[in-house]
Amino acid sequence: MSLFNVFHVSSSAMTAQSMRLNTIASNLANADSVVSANGQPYRSKQVVFEARPLGEAGEQSQGVKVRAIVDSAAPLRTIYDPKNPAANEQGYVSMPNVDVVEEMVNMISASRSYQTNVEVMNTAKTMMLRTLQIGQ
Amino acid sequence: MLANLSRKLEVFNAAIDLRAQRQQVLASNIANADTPHYKARDFDFKSAMERATAGRGGGSGSLELSRTSGRHLEGGSGAAGRPDLLYRSETQSAVDGNTVDMDVERAQISENSMHYEILTKLIGDKINGMRTAVSSNQG
Repeated sequence: MSLFNVFHVSSSAMTAQSMRLNTIASNLANADSVVSANGQPYRSKQVVFEARPLGEAGEQSQGVKVRAIVDSAAPLRTIYDPKNPAANEQGYVSMPNVDVVEEMVNMISASRSYQTNVEVMNTAKTMMLRTLQIGQ
Repeated sequence: MLANLSRKLEVFNAAIDLRAQRQQVLASNIANADTPHYKARDFDFKSAMERATAGRGGGSGSLELSRTSGRHLEGGSGAAGRPDLLYRSETQSAVDGNTVDMDVERAQISENSMHYEILTKLIGDKINGMRTAVSSNQG
């Protein structure tokens, strides 16, 4: 039954959106992390979405998959703070390239998309229940 | 009468099948609202329905029984086959090449599910009518 595919499509989108929310959380949490695991300042992480066919329905049902999580190429922020142990000879410290405003906007967008997919799933569920009631 | 009923139900069957398929396409559009370069898809319900009821079973991927005699059965299952997907023409272009317009998709998905529910109601009524006819001689 093709309506079951709606569940697969919507749930793949929800997984992708929650991964996006996850990277936003780590970006915001590390907005001031001067040093990350590799010794360099933290770089903002971004998810890359990809459409991919689900099930045997071919083109009709396109789910979402997170293809990669990439580091943002934006330049690092530099602030003047000679007392900081991470400061260079001129007294400048490289800070993460996290744009807090952008991340907040991203967060709203992700949660709205998640919500919409839940609604689509609910609609499909109602439709299937109606189908079960045929002839009763 | 019974043959009449099954023929009527066959039309509903094709319609409800197409509605379910369309719901799937629209759900994919909404799921991929944030995917770069994704193009919104849809199909024309009217032409898909016309093809399904004409007994040709829809576009690509449909199989048809070959008949060597006029007395052979048609072999139509009432299923609509798979309609050809088209691309939605975009109203506002996005920088990432995505053409999903959320308002359009939301409106279409509500409309489609409403049509689906109407169809389930119609099929139920048809079956109930038949049931009444069957049980009326017992009273």
